[in-house]
Amino acid sequence: MPDKDKPVEEQGLLVVAAPPHLFHRVKTSRIMLDVLIALLPATLAGLNLFGPRVLAVIVASLLAAVAAEAATQKLLGRPVRVLDFSAAVTGLLVALNLPPTAPLWLAVVGSAFAVVVVKQLFGGLGNNFLNPALAARAFLMAAWPAQMTTWSAPGDWAVQAMTGATPLAILQRPELLRRLPSYAELFWGWIPGTIGETCVAALLLGALYLLWRRVIDWRIPVTYVGTVALLTWVLGPRGLFTGDPVAHVLAGGLVLGAFFMATDYVSSPVTPLGRVWFGVGCGLLTAMIRLYGGYPEGVSFSILIMNIVAPLIDRYTVPTRFGGRRA
Amino acid sequence: MALALRKALAGGIHPPERKHLTAAQAIIRPPAPESVVIPLWQHTGAPGEPLVARGDHVKLGQKIGQAAAFVSAPVHASVSGTVVAVEPRLDALGRMVTAVVIESDGLDTPAPEVVPRSQPDSLSADEIRNIVHQAGIVGLGGAAFPTRVKLAPPADKPIDTYILNGCECEPYLTGDHRVMLERGADCILGLGLLMKAAGVTRGYLAVENNKPDAVEALLPAAREAGIAVAVLPTRYPQGSEKHLIKSLLGREVPSGGLPMDVGVLVSNVGTAVAVADAVYHGLPLLQRVVTVTGRPVRQPANLLLRLGTSFAAAIALAGGLGEPAGRVVMGGPMTGTAQFSLDVPVVKGTSGILVLGRDESLAPVSTPCIRCGRCAESCPMRLLPLYFDAYVQAGNYSRTGELGVLDCIECGSCAWGCPARRPLVHSIRVAKGEARKRS
Repeated sequence: MPDKDKPVEEQGLLVVAAPPHLFHRVKTSRIMLDVLIALLPATLAGLNLFGPRVLAVIVASLLAAVAAEAATQKLLGRPVRVLDFSAAVTGLLVALNLPPTAPLWLAVVGSAFAVVVVKQLFGGLGNNFLNPALAARAFLMAAWPAQMTTWSAPGDWAVQAMTGATPLAILQRPELLRRLPSYAELFWGWIPGTIGETCVAALLLGALYLLWRRVIDWRIPVTYVGTVALLTWVLGPRGLFTGDPVAHVLAGGLVLGAFFMATDYVSSPVTPLGRVWFGVGCGLLTAMIRLYGGYPEGVSFSILIMNIVAPLIDRYTVPTRFGGRRA
Repeated sequence: MALALRKALAGGIHPPERKHLTAAQAIIRPPAPESVVIPLWQHTGAPGEPLVARGDHVKLGQKIGQAAAFVSAPVHASVSGTVVAVEPRLDALGRMVTAVVIESDGLDTPAPEVVPRSQPDSLSADEIRNIVHQAGIVGLGGAAFPTRVKLAPPADKPIDTYILNGCECEPYLTGDHRVMLERGADCILGLGLLMKAAGVTRGYLAVENNKPDAVEALLPAAREAGIAVAVLPTRYPQGSEKHLIKSLLGREVPSGGLPMDVGVLVSNVGTAVAVADAVYHGLPLLQRVVTVTGRPVRQPANLLLRLGTSFAAAIALAGGLGEPAGRVVMGGPMTGTAQFSLDVPVVKGTSGILVLGRDESLAPVSTPCIRCGRCAESCPMRLLPLYFDAYVQAGNYSRTGELGVLDCIECGSCAWGCPARRPLVHSIRVAKGEARKRS
């Protein structure tokens, strides 16, 4: 006879559940860990380019995100699940989106905002309709624009601050074009920018890892980068087809955004076709902001805007079912 | 026509096969059990009606339950002996079903009608259909749909192709594999009879490429009979009949339709062998090959078991358990039904008895859906399982219907690969129940 006081496994009872009775080993925590692993090259590149000080920014951001997540979950009476690493991913992404000169409090405020306001207050993991790290970046840009746009020179760790033009600012002003860094400098990251966005080589290494591990799908990043390249080439400063698509792809936060932020599962579409439209939409908005907007960079806002549209995209791109008509 | 390599289905998964436990084990025919419990409802359709009462003596192969409707099937005594009860008994689908309990006299005295047929090759299509019906043959792949019904499609659905399904894509199960190896000629013979009964001239035998020895064993007989052997990539759920048809013929069974809507009939290899046995030897369906397997089972085996053998007896015949069982499943791990009692009988649809260890058995903890899309990617029906789960949680059943929940074949690919361990199949079943209530 079943004895309610004993655990099931000691009673010789059989477990009854709906099928399947076999599962793949991958869990949410492993996917988040893969994202952390994939961000490691870019993190190390940031340290190498901008000096040991950025390590403090990264650690502060990570700790703040994890602590904020645990505290909020506890306060809201939810299961504390910081070991799923999702808060760590948010914390690291916030740090990589900060300038190397960012004060530590800025990192803490950004991470806490991302986790508490954008993620937990909307229901926690799986319910945030915006990418938390990008929403935090937008919030910090609005609240502390000076601190968010004070760059430092890569390689010269002693120089603490400069307000020189980033490559994207140069691209917006044709009279400065001769000061544009070489493609090699853009690719290896020897340009001013946020901690994690400049070294395209390191970002692509991580992106390849994510594609190989099948954590991300090619559709969003490829259509996103492709759309930006196409539009910045066609809509050049001296007429049609005079643009510099290579510089536009390598500069700014496009590679970081396309492979690591726009691909955020929760805030992007799940349908294959929806992912294509999402990538194209991100690319269109980014190119428009960069070419005609008031800001030099548009990756964050583009992805955030498309995040809002993602549920709608899913709704109108439901795949045709096997043997069926469109839903 | 001999060998055709075909495309795999779109979507699907590749779970660990775990067939090595029993793939090399030849089918064993253990002695008949001392008693059997034979439910009168082992098939899709209406339950059968009893033809015997407590105290009656029955012979091996004697009909003890008759079909109560067009979609129904008779059942037969799987031992000779005495009927000790006709009463409701628990079956492996959790239902209480009227069952005939027979105590064996150990003699296996055959019923007079169980005799080899003198001129089987001169039978007409009608006669074959009648034999198939009287022998109680249903699909042995698991769904247990009465085969005779399949063989009599309405006149406005012309059939041009018969596919014999030897994919056996469920992990762990090897019964079909062994049947193809050991009774390959009868598979082809049975397919020929099914084709004759359905008036079809084109026949395929489909096997996954993880069973090259079966392909080898079937080829000579297939070649002689003009049957094409199609070798398909190993991918779950390749054995789903809709996906088999798509892979072989490029036809999509319409939503809500049946294979006959695209001119195709599909039967399992075990069914074909049962048809050959019925037509040539006059043998009704009273036994089937059951893979008894799983890590806790001491001697995993492919057993030819009498229908009505209890799960407990079947496991004992496979050497018993070397460690405590956590889950016992009828069928394979992807679509099988978990049991809460081992006092349930082997029935016509019992392709396997899978025992899982305790560490493999505890229901996984679900965490929130992260919308990774793996479920949609793996869905062979191109559905969006995550939304079924989300809308069921929210009680929005009409939306699950709009998104095609009734098209789901419950293959379990989505739930298998879900990193958040969402109970997707469970949610889908809830949604289907609600959708059927509404329609």
